[in-house]
Amino acid sequence: MSDPQQYCTFYLANLYFGVSVLNVQEVIKFQPMTFVPLASRAVSGLINLRGQIVTAIDLRRRLELEDREDSEPPMNVVIRTDEGPVSLLVDDIGDVLEVSDSSYEPPPSTMKGVAKELITGVHKLEGRLLLILDIAKVVMVPQLKEV
Amino acid sequence: MSEMDAAIQEFLVESDENLSQVEKDLLELESHPDGQEALASIFRAIHTVKGTCSFLGYSKLESLAHTGETLLSLLRDGDISLSGEITTALLSMVDAIRKMLACIQESNHDGEEDFAELKSLLTRLQKGSDAGIPMAAPAPAAIQSAQEEHSHTDENDTPETLVPAQAEEHSDEGAGTAEIPDLSGLRTLGNPGGDKAEKGGASHGLSAVDSSIRVDVGLLDKLMNMVGELVLTRNQILQCPILLDDPSLQTSSQRLSLITSELQEGIMKTRMQPIGNIFGKFPRVVRDLALACGKQIRIEMEGKGTELDKTLIEAIKDPLTHLVRNSVDHGIEASDIREARGKSREGLLLLRAYHEGGQVNIEITDDGGGINTQRVAETAIKRGVVTGEQVSKMSERELLNLIFLPGFSTAAKVTNVSGRGVGMDVVKTNIEKIGGTIDIQTKLEKGTTFKLKVPLTLAIIPALIITTGEERFAIPQVSLLELVRLEGEQIKKYIDSLHGTSVCRLRGQLLPLLYLNQIVGLSSKHAMATMNEEHEEVVNIVVLQADGQRFGLVVDEINDTEEIVVKPLSKQLKGIPVFAGATIMGDGRVALILDVLGLANRAGMAIPQGDASRSDLSDSLKAGQGQRQTLLLVKVGESGQLAIPLSMVARLEEIKTTALEEASGNEVIQYRGEILPFIRLCQVLGSGGASEDGEALQMVVISHENKRIGLMVDKIVDIVDEHVQVKRRSTKSGLLCSAVIQGRVTDVLDVQQLINEHAVLPEGEPAGELVEV
Repeated sequence: MSDPQQYCTFYLANLYFGVSVLNVQEVIKFQPMTFVPLASRAVSGLINLRGQIVTAIDLRRRLELEDREDSEPPMNVVIRTDEGPVSLLVDDIGDVLEVSDSSYEPPPSTMKGVAKELITGVHKLEGRLLLILDIAKVVMVPQLKEV
Repeated sequence: MSEMDAAIQEFLVESDENLSQVEKDLLELESHPDGQEALASIFRAIHTVKGTCSFLGYSKLESLAHTGETLLSLLRDGDISLSGEITTALLSMVDAIRKMLACIQESNHDGEEDFAELKSLLTRLQKGSDAGIPMAAPAPAAIQSAQEEHSHTDENDTPETLVPAQAEEHSDEGAGTAEIPDLSGLRTLGNPGGDKAEKGGASHGLSAVDSSIRVDVGLLDKLMNMVGELVLTRNQILQCPILLDDPSLQTSSQRLSLITSELQEGIMKTRMQPIGNIFGKFPRVVRDLALACGKQIRIEMEGKGTELDKTLIEAIKDPLTHLVRNSVDHGIEASDIREARGKSREGLLLLRAYHEGGQVNIEITDDGGGINTQRVAETAIKRGVVTGEQVSKMSERELLNLIFLPGFSTAAKVTNVSGRGVGMDVVKTNIEKIGGTIDIQTKLEKGTTFKLKVPLTLAIIPALIITTGEERFAIPQVSLLELVRLEGEQIKKYIDSLHGTSVCRLRGQLLPLLYLNQIVGLSSKHAMATMNEEHEEVVNIVVLQADGQRFGLVVDEINDTEEIVVKPLSKQLKGIPVFAGATIMGDGRVALILDVLGLANRAGMAIPQGDASRSDLSDSLKAGQGQRQTLLLVKVGESGQLAIPLSMVARLEEIKTTALEEASGNEVIQYRGEILPFIRLCQVLGSGGASEDGEALQMVVISHENKRIGLMVDKIVDIVDEHVQVKRRSTKSGLLCSAVIQGRVTDVLDVQQLINEHAVLPEGEPAGELVEV
């Protein structure tokens, strides 16, 4: 358990998140998107990734954070999943960090709502906390209920 | 180890092919017992199976194949002759081998079962020759013992072997076959001929192996996808404006375009498979089923070479099998009934496949009893699928289509073959899932034809691109009927709203309208801009058909048709029923593909429950031509709208009040040399309030079977051409029923009754005319 883990990090509304680099296929700049009516709010749309149609999930909405302002276009973090790539829209991209298990702690039990489901743990870094996301759960966007 | 696995895999694939061939040959042999070549080919195939599995160490399989081979070699050498019983036994052996192969596929082991009964049966059948009379009929004792063997087999409940009834029949047949003398010559000729055939066949087999290779379907799929991408990229390049400036670039891009098209075509071809791959299985299916049902059925196939995409082949396999089974079980009658009906004892099942208009048509025709719509209706009512009232209004065609409803089966009893009522609706949904259609034509006591139309390929489809709320959508062209554009005044004229449902009058028929922007919830902000300005002036309607329902989809803009590559939606979006997939357009942007059936369903759900006009509409849309009627709409007193069938209306006249006279206490009017009884409808119907003040009266002259009357109405409203949906019978004298016409409840006048009551005697009229002349 002492193997250091590498995380691809990014920012969302002043929070600092990380996903295992092994899950990340690539990071690309904002792409024009096709809006999908009737889909969950968390689904921003579809992008054409070199001929592959990839669903983009707005991570802010997925985590029930407030919407980002229009001025800054988000970045795409393209994640590998069993059912093909999925893109996560984030505010800004950070470094790839190598952190050791020693700084790891499970999420506080007082955490509420969606965050509790999606955040698997916290790394205490110097000056800030790195929140680790459960990718498998993040890409499982709940279906919009029939109106 | 992996090399070994590969060898096993190869063996499995090869054996499967071989066994299919064996089945085919066996069935062919049954009809042409002197087919030495087929016999040789069977022998070879079984021999190969035996050889390979002994090499791979599957001893049980080897021993079974060996027993079969021994029997086959006797057959080939002409020592014994082929009988129905032997065929059945050999077919059971094929089944058993298949079973073991499946076992090997799963567990790398040929299974626990040793098929001892089957083996001893096969051995016993060999002994028929040991009796020393090779050509003659199997000794009755042999049959007897074989039957015993069968019942024994049955008791032991060995799977996949013989049903006693089947065996008995076959023994009889076997005895019959053996009496045919034409086999006698084969003994001498058989041997060298067989050898030759073997050699010839082997060399032929080799060449087939040389000229073709097996390709993993996954690889083909990948190639297909990449070609799809290439097509899209080409489209993007062709749309690039720089091209126009540079002639050399233009030339090479044209070449690129050409090559891409050819490549696309070529790759599509690699995925094409002849429909014979499915058809080939049916003779066996039909044979077994016919035996089980005690029927005699001959199967004929046309157009086996008709090719369609592999995925489609897979998709239509089950529906087709079901239809074939259905025809055998329900369609074709038992031989005795056939004879009584003056048909040959042997039923005919015809499978036809052919290309037509970019689609593949598949027909399954039987010369059986046909579908009795009356029985269909009764069953449907009994099952609670429809009500008696609904049935009374249905056309023949609609009644037929009832069999596609879930939970429906007309079979008097449930057999193991079919009759559980889970079939036809599944057949229909499966066919529709791949963008196909199914149609029935039937004639009582003559036969039934199921006609399937399926597209050639699924991967690339032509689609109409439309825009709504600044988003582009693709609509598969298969469900597209026509495009309608209404401008300015026409919009008010043709688009009506009835009880919250928009309809368009399209050539006298009401077409329910759906607004795409409302369905997909784009009207809120995206579509507003376009809504306000342009929507007032132009309405674009895409007329679509799904599941027999027609409807109009109102969109902002109709762009173009394009060939699109269908891509599935990710699982995050799977649950949205109105989208069938997505595609990448020429400009690189993604567009969603609309699911027409999903749209209709979604819109259907949104309609408030109990909204009669809506269900009427869909009913009348489904109704087809049967109940269309042209009606004269009139207004009488307070009673609202009345309808008179136009076929009974002779003329519309405006008469002066003063022209009315009286004869024997009734009002009459002189009209073209006749005395016409004049009836004030308001009095008949007791609706009152007729305006007497005016000098002119509106009269409808009714003429029916030489009898005429004049009806006074307040106002002529309109003439409409519509489906009449009877909502309820009328209790009031003079009225036939109530119906919803143009969204209003309208009473239909009982003209017949009025004439009978009021018209002058029919004999009187012509007599009077004669005197005048």
